[in-house]
Amino acid sequence: MNFIIDGLLQAIQLLIHGDAETYSAVYATIRVSVYSMTVSLLIGIPVGFLMGHHDFLWKKHIRTITDTLMSLPTVLVGLLVYAFLTTRGPLGEYGLLFTLEGIAIGQAILALPIVIALTASAVESMDDNLKITLVSLGASRRQVLYSTLWEARYGILAASMNAFGRVLTEVGIAMMVGGNIKWHTRTITTAIALETNKGEFVTGVALGIVLMAIAFIVNFSLSFLRNRS
Amino acid sequence: MKRNVFIASLTLIAAFLILSGGTAFCADAKLLRMATTTSTDDTGLLDYLKPYFVKETGIDIQWVATGTGKALKLGENCDADVLLVHAPDAEKKFVADGFGLNRNVVMYNDFVLIGPASDPAGVKGKSVKECLSVISGKNIKFVSRGDKSGTHQAEQALWKASGLSVPDKEVWYVQAGQGMLTTIQIAAEQNGYTLTDRGTYIKYEDTMKGNPPLKILVEGDDLLKNIYSVIVVNPAKCPNVKSDLAKAFSDWMSRPSTQNLITGFKLSGKQLFFVSAK
Repeated sequence: MNFIIDGLLQAIQLLIHGDAETYSAVYATIRVSVYSMTVSLLIGIPVGFLMGHHDFLWKKHIRTITDTLMSLPTVLVGLLVYAFLTTRGPLGEYGLLFTLEGIAIGQAILALPIVIALTASAVESMDDNLKITLVSLGASRRQVLYSTLWEARYGILAASMNAFGRVLTEVGIAMMVGGNIKWHTRTITTAIALETNKGEFVTGVALGIVLMAIAFIVNFSLSFLRNRS
Repeated sequence: MKRNVFIASLTLIAAFLILSGGTAFCADAKLLRMATTTSTDDTGLLDYLKPYFVKETGIDIQWVATGTGKALKLGENCDADVLLVHAPDAEKKFVADGFGLNRNVVMYNDFVLIGPASDPAGVKGKSVKECLSVISGKNIKFVSRGDKSGTHQAEQALWKASGLSVPDKEVWYVQAGQGMLTTIQIAAEQNGYTLTDRGTYIKYEDTMKGNPPLKILVEGDDLLKNIYSVIVVNPAKCPNVKSDLAKAFSDWMSRPSTQNLITGFKLSGKQLFFVSAK
């Protein structure tokens, strides 16, 4: 039990004293999640939106597939991405193995189905009357599209937060593709795994608290922006 | 207003991406990538040696610490330039299969059999063979790494050397599938026995403030020697590996000054690794 309280105290110490190893892991975590979230949002929101907004052949089946991909195990994604990035793999020549960019590729694959599926759900669950009302008010097709997008913004925000939560906390991809290299690809989650393996439970708990603090800051800023608008 | 906030955040993200990118893609010509076993990293040996290596050779080094099984696999896939591992039989096969060159024995320590201080199996001071026979005969809990690591392979060899079949589904045989320190902790929780390298045990003793629930019960047997070697990944199989840097590391590990450093590496006043007299 003691190590939980000690962990809390150590977390504060690590942050205040500017522990270089901790900040290196924090920086790696932030960098890699910014990369993967940028990619998955840029692709995922338009795809999810179109999927929710339009009706097309096989739509139900494609939705079932994206919903299923939301439960992709991170270790499997890590293994698959490793297979592509390893020096002997098809993308080996780009030297992405054991880099933050490599981890970001895996995490984007992890986040993409979440962004697509939840964005599509958010758009689908909007009131059908919205479209009818807009059209009867004389809105053009483009105006209908923009208004729907605007009305779905909270749903899309929720989709992004969900994906961010998954990306921030995953350890399987970061460990397998990143290799947990100190000062380079050691993220907070792989550092927690390492410290736990080493029996340094206090440091593990402390790093966990640091991770939660990052998640809190991001969520807090977003809800602040949301309340203002 | 909302629009401004949106544009401002986009600009921030873009700036961040531009500033932080660019560093990763220029592969450093003077960077050596090593795959190694957990014990060399967990004990802190590599962190201790790295500054000397960088200073004396001008080569930067990064390592991935994992089980010996996976380290060899990374070598096979050309994802590491050099390996520091401890499973002699698997290493010899690796070299024989053409994946590695110059297997260089650089240091050793030994494995020890640890168990509860009360020693329910009564194996203290016995030979390894007797000890394992008693454990399997009396169905006493034994925790195995179960992860193809060097220690796991050594343990399997010990069962065979004792004339026993390697346990698998027996209820008293727990296959943890985890690193050495986690395995020791599982053994401690379950009041079981396990095999560990001495270095990791000293590290464990150190984190338990010198009073661990598991004690060394069997040690000093010839069968328990744990040998660490450096292997250069074969450039004939992997044209992109930096075999010159790898060779430089291998040579550096054998230098008398480095061997003195390894001898001087202590935790709680105890020496963890011993250099091999050649």
